[in-house]
Amino acid sequence: MAIGLQSILDLLDERVQSAVVESHDPLGMPTLVIDAERIVDVCRYLRDTPALGFDFLCDLCGVDFHPQTPRFEVVYHLYSIAHKHRLRLKCKLVEGTKIPSVTQVWNTANWHERETYDMYGIVFADHPDLRRIYMWEEFEGWPMRKDFPLRGYKDQYNPFGEEGSPPEST
Amino acid sequence: MTDVTVLDKRTEGEDLTKEVLLNLGPQHPSTHGVLRVLLKMQGEDIVDVDTIIGYLHRGTEKLAEGFTYTQIIPLTDRLDYLCQPSNNLAFVRGVEQLCGIEAPERAQYIRVLLAELSRISGHLLISGALPMDLGAMTTLLYTMREREMIMDLLEMATGARMNVSFCRVGGIREDLPAGFDAKAREFCKIFLQRIDDYERLVGENRMFLKRTEGVGVITGPEAIDWGLSGPCLRASGVDWDIRRDEPYEIYDRLEFDVIVRESGDCFDRWKCRMEEMRVSVSLMLQCLDQMPHGPVMVDAPEIAFPPDKKQVKSSMETLIHHFQLSAYGFKVPKGEVYAAIEAPKGELGFYIISDGSEKPFRMKVRAPSFVNLQSLNVIAKRCYLADVIAMIGSLDPVLAEVDK
Repeated sequence: MAIGLQSILDLLDERVQSAVVESHDPLGMPTLVIDAERIVDVCRYLRDTPALGFDFLCDLCGVDFHPQTPRFEVVYHLYSIAHKHRLRLKCKLVEGTKIPSVTQVWNTANWHERETYDMYGIVFADHPDLRRIYMWEEFEGWPMRKDFPLRGYKDQYNPFGEEGSPPEST
Repeated sequence: MTDVTVLDKRTEGEDLTKEVLLNLGPQHPSTHGVLRVLLKMQGEDIVDVDTIIGYLHRGTEKLAEGFTYTQIIPLTDRLDYLCQPSNNLAFVRGVEQLCGIEAPERAQYIRVLLAELSRISGHLLISGALPMDLGAMTTLLYTMREREMIMDLLEMATGARMNVSFCRVGGIREDLPAGFDAKAREFCKIFLQRIDDYERLVGENRMFLKRTEGVGVITGPEAIDWGLSGPCLRASGVDWDIRRDEPYEIYDRLEFDVIVRESGDCFDRWKCRMEEMRVSVSLMLQCLDQMPHGPVMVDAPEIAFPPDKKQVKSSMETLIHHFQLSAYGFKVPKGEVYAAIEAPKGELGFYIISDGSEKPFRMKVRAPSFVNLQSLNVIAKRCYLADVIAMIGSLDPVLAEVDK
C-alpha cells in the first residue's frame, strides 16, 4: 500500500538524507529532489534497503524549463514490487553539466537515458553506450528542448522546417 | 565416403566461421514493424546485438506540448495501435487525477470493458504472429478472424474499428448502443472455445514447442532489473499486475486471477498471453453483469461538453459552452502526475506536468514495448539466429509505442 512521504524520509539514513534537497508529495506521490551528483548513491540505497525495496525503475525522463535556471530536470519514477509503493526522484541540472548514469543500479535505465540524451542533450556520465536512439546519428539539435521548433530546422531532409539551425549545443 | 576433415578441424578448436554483421533490416516480415537489429554473428551463433529503433518516431511528446488535452487523445491512440482504448484510458486517467475529478461509474465500467476487449485484441495478434514468424502461418489468419469480431464490437460502440479515441477526460464520448451487451456476450461465448482451439493447434505442436521452449530465458530478477512488465515479466515468475496491486477504475470490484508462469522462455510468454485472454473474457462478462445505469460523463461544465448536443443549435449559452471547450480546451490545475495502467504490453504510464493552462507543459509516455524491447540486447546474445525471431515475437514490441 502507498507509503507516505514522511515514512520514506524516516527510512533514509543520514548520509542519504543529506542528498535530499527538498521533498513534497503532489497528488499523494512522494517526491524527493536529490542533488544530482549523489543520485547513484541514493538510488542504490533505495534499491537495497529492504524496507524501501525500490527494485523497479519505471521511467526516467527529462524536462526542459527554459528560460528558467536550472534549465533541466531529470525525473525518475520508482516502484517497489514487494511493497507496492511508488516514489518520484528529481534532479535539477544546469545546462551543460553532466549527471551520473544510474545504469549501474537498474539496467533498464540504459535506453531511457539514451532517449533523454537524444531529446534534450543531457549527458549521463559513465553511461555504457550514450548515443542517439530515435534520431539518426548525424542529426544536430535536441528536439524536445523548448527552443527547438516543432517542425525542426530546414535541411536536406526537412524542407518544411524553420530557417536557421539549432543553437550551438553545450 | 564423407569427408570428415571438416568435423576434425572443428574439434581441434579452429574457427571455421568468421564474424559476420547481419542486418535484420527495418523492412522485414518478422520484426513486427520497423525494427532494425544488427547482429554480429559467428556462424549461426549470435555474438553481439544492437537494436536500432526510431524509424517510426513521430514526436508524440513534442506534439502533445502544443495540443489541448482532448486533442492529445487521438495521439495516444496511435501509440499501441493494437489496443487503443487502453492507451486512451491511461492518458485520461492522468488528466483526471490532475483535475481532481472521477468519471461516473457507468463510464468506468465501459472503459474497463473496452480495455479488456482491447487486451484480447492485442494478445490475439501476437499469439497469431509469433507462430507465423516461426512458420505456422495458419494461426494468424484464425486470430485475425477473432480480431475482426472485436473490431465489429468496437465499431458498434465507438464508431471506428481502429483509432477509436473513445475516452474523454471525465468519462467517455457517448454511451454504448442498444444491442452491444448481447453481441459482446455472444463474442465471449464463441471466443472461449476458440482459445481452446488455438492452444490445441499451436500450444501442443512439437515444432512450436521445440522452437520456443527454453529459448530466450529471462530470469525473474533479470526481468525486474531490465524493467520488463506485463506478460513478459509474469512469465518469468514475478507476480505483479497493476490491476490487482494498485487497482484503478473499477478493478477492485472484479475478481480475476493473475497468470504467472515460471520458466521465462518464449513459450511461457506466449502461454501467459493465451491464458490472460481467458481472464479478460471473464472480466468482460463481470463488467457486463455489474454495469449500472447512469451518466457517462462527469457533471462538470468546465470540462465536459454539454450533454444534449441538440441544445447547441437552439441555446446560445450551450453554443458558447461547446465552442469554448472545443476551440480552447479546458484549463487543468498546475501539478504533475504519473498515471500507470496495466496495458496489454505492460505498464503504460503517462507523466504529465501541467502549468495551469489548457495544454500540458510536458507529457512523457512510458511505453512498455520500449522497455521490453531493450531486453532483446541481452537475451539475443545467447542463441542462434532463428531464435532471435522467436524472441522478438515473444517480447511483443509494437514499434509505434517503442518509437512514440
